[in-house]
Amino acid sequence: MNHLQSVSEFQTWQKSMAAGWDETKPCLRVCDGTGCRALGSQKVLAALRDEIKNTKLDTQIEVVGTGCPGFCECGPLITVYPQRISYQKIRVQDVPDIVEKTLVKGQVLDRLLYTDPLTGEHIKLEPDLPFYQRQKRLVLDFNGRIDPTKLEDYAALGGYTALEKVLASMTPEQVIAEVKASGLRGRGGAGFSTGTKWQLCRNNVLKVGAGFIVCNADEGDPGAFMDRSVVEGNPHSVIEGMVIGAYAMGVHQGFVYIRAEYPLAVENLKLAIKQAETAGLLGKDILGSGFDFMLGVRLGAGAFVCGEETALMASIEGRIGEPRPRPPYPAEEGLWGKPTNINNVKSWASIPIVIRQGAEWYSAIGTEKSKGTMIFSVVGKINNTGLAEVPMGISLRQLIFDIGGGIPNGKAFKAAQIGGPSGGCLPAEHLDVPIDYESLTALGAIVGSGGLVVADEDTCMVDFARYFMNFTQEESCGKCVPCRIGTKAMLSTLERICAGKGQPGDVDYLLELASAVKSSSLCGLGQTAPNPVLTTIRYFRDEYEAHIFDKKCPAKVCKGLITYSIIPEKCNGCMVCLRNCTSNAISGAKRELHVIDDELCTRCGVCMNVCKFDAVEVN
Amino acid sequence: MIHLTIDDKPIEVQEGRSLLEACREHGIHIPTLCYHPALEPYGGCRLCVVEVIFPNGRSRIVASCVYPCEEGAVVKTNSEMVVRSRRMTAELILAGSYNTPEILALGEELGVKDVRFKLEEENACVLCGLCVRACDEIVGVNAISVIQRGIAKKVATPFQVTSSRCIGCGTCVLICPTGAFKFENVAGFQYVSPKESAYHLGYYRLGGELDLRPNFVQDIAGLMSTPEDEG
Repeated sequence: MNHLQSVSEFQTWQKSMAAGWDETKPCLRVCDGTGCRALGSQKVLAALRDEIKNTKLDTQIEVVGTGCPGFCECGPLITVYPQRISYQKIRVQDVPDIVEKTLVKGQVLDRLLYTDPLTGEHIKLEPDLPFYQRQKRLVLDFNGRIDPTKLEDYAALGGYTALEKVLASMTPEQVIAEVKASGLRGRGGAGFSTGTKWQLCRNNVLKVGAGFIVCNADEGDPGAFMDRSVVEGNPHSVIEGMVIGAYAMGVHQGFVYIRAEYPLAVENLKLAIKQAETAGLLGKDILGSGFDFMLGVRLGAGAFVCGEETALMASIEGRIGEPRPRPPYPAEEGLWGKPTNINNVKSWASIPIVIRQGAEWYSAIGTEKSKGTMIFSVVGKINNTGLAEVPMGISLRQLIFDIGGGIPNGKAFKAAQIGGPSGGCLPAEHLDVPIDYESLTALGAIVGSGGLVVADEDTCMVDFARYFMNFTQEESCGKCVPCRIGTKAMLSTLERICAGKGQPGDVDYLLELASAVKSSSLCGLGQTAPNPVLTTIRYFRDEYEAHIFDKKCPAKVCKGLITYSIIPEKCNGCMVCLRNCTSNAISGAKRELHVIDDELCTRCGVCMNVCKFDAVEVN
Repeated sequence: MIHLTIDDKPIEVQEGRSLLEACREHGIHIPTLCYHPALEPYGGCRLCVVEVIFPNGRSRIVASCVYPCEEGAVVKTNSEMVVRSRRMTAELILAGSYNTPEILALGEELGVKDVRFKLEEENACVLCGLCVRACDEIVGVNAISVIQRGIAKKVATPFQVTSSRCIGCGTCVLICPTGAFKFENVAGFQYVSPKESAYHLGYYRLGGELDLRPNFVQDIAGLMSTPEDEG
């Protein structure tokens, strides 16, 4: 890779890359993201490469490890180009068949295709999968297509042409005006106008003569992994967005703050930074424009609170990752006291798209006040676990049922926790709410960073709230009283209710605590921590009351409130439950009625799972 | 000068003052625990909260020790929202320090009747951070810091081993509002030689006579002169 000295040298090089890009050539694109790796994609990749070499197809067929396209439920994923046949849940033993039947003979292997859970039909091609059809893939567009370790791939699809456009033909003010006009709002949760934020930072940078920009990749919400997938699968989009932002705000140093628990993302990002520096797209005198921008990587050590911007800055500076009060906001006094602009991974990765396509094009997507797309990580009791990028304003129902494929095992939808542990849970009656900043906030939830956890009818909402409270309580930094002790008090109360020791007045006490923690905590973590409790009480108060007054868990989850017993008419004395019981709580002889000793029973539910005659019931 | 309205009274303060400073300059009592005039504000105890009412009619609870005075601001220091918030915060502090006289007095002042939740272990340390900041900002030694997080958070030396940086000055002992620091516990005490320790014991005696605690439960009017007094 040559060091590109000017915009015109870049144009020539980029055009040659684009000309060389051909998705009509035979190629196997294998997801090599963390999710698919966990399911064995690296072994599959190695086996594929071996098999193709052995059959001497390696000169004709390329095998590419890509970033995560999002359909994690069905990983490891392989897409066979040029047809774009989508093979799913691939194991190493499937590899010879794929090579021999599909690559050599051109046959499609039905058993590896996606089966529609409703119609039972096989769906052959990737673009026809319902999971992708309803999505609007902008930020995730290149994931699944390019090799994230190759700058050339990113450039071939138009990468860095936004930076070229900015350096060749736009003033910093014009860039900010364009971002403002696009209507892009911060994708990290708060939803503040990105353009306005940049303007504030630029004004202060001009006054002070120095400043910083930061990419917040300290994604920590339970079940959220969209930032990881973007950095892993398309690191150059984040870098390009940041260089454009640095140019617009007039700063020359930036950091990506990323969790150390994301080793692949860190590896790909560091490689991408090196490549961009070598190519003259980052560092000193970018594309001969005279503009310098250095980008460093800082690793987070695993504290959720460091995703909060003031704690994040403290961590970058090498201090304890504790938030500090705002104002002053980072745009006024940020890193080392200098104006600092912090944006989320998805916000930065959206910038090249906004610039490339123009503000008008971008702002046509979404709703009146929420523009563009948002990536949700859809997890929990849902058929298609994965990442879905959707236009703002799509309904929760479309996201959960059309893209997510609905609830597994024919169970009913009960609630969705949107916005991670800081968000709120919405019941079925609000399934038709459009997903945008204002609508969700009005219902007590938030867009947040895009976590979406689905609960089905078997989920106890008190237990659900307890789970999220447990998370925020453990992650509270402990600096301020309401968050440190208030979340602990809330958690203890919830634990007590779940254990069957709830008392009249507990719900009011929880509401009182929630309101105090929300209004008086120092940072966003505490201010939003009560949301899951507040929304579950708002929409599922009857479940709380059943736990407290009737001493019953309607979903039959809370161990302190349920008992397992054997239905005499159904038990045929097969001894399976007895043998599987880990606490020796079941007695009975062969062909005789079994009995569960309630004292010894730990309510693990194994007996119920193993009984083939539905003879175990829970009450 | 900045003009603002606190508790319906027009008030004029110098630019750069926090709401707490403005209140105290004008004799308005605000309870605090983690605030000390000689140290950078921390915003941790949340007892100094006041209600700021914005032009659009919406209001917010803010920590007055770290919130700047803004031109035209309307502030209530004793509204129902403020009283409720302080009372709950005091109840939560009591949840961890239910046998500490200073905190019991604080709870009484703020009208806490019942402590509905208690942590298993009582601890006089309320994590106000005064000792840590004093060691850093006043002494310049930085021998102690907060470690761990959330409910497990505590004040300790790095890696919880005897610190060679501690000079045994006793500032942390003197500034602690609840007497949680005993001189024997001071980070480097075991480390200093017998000869030196006698020297430090002298400091300890001095500390006994000169109570430098920030008197957070006392009426601030008694500690600082008000403009009326001066007039």
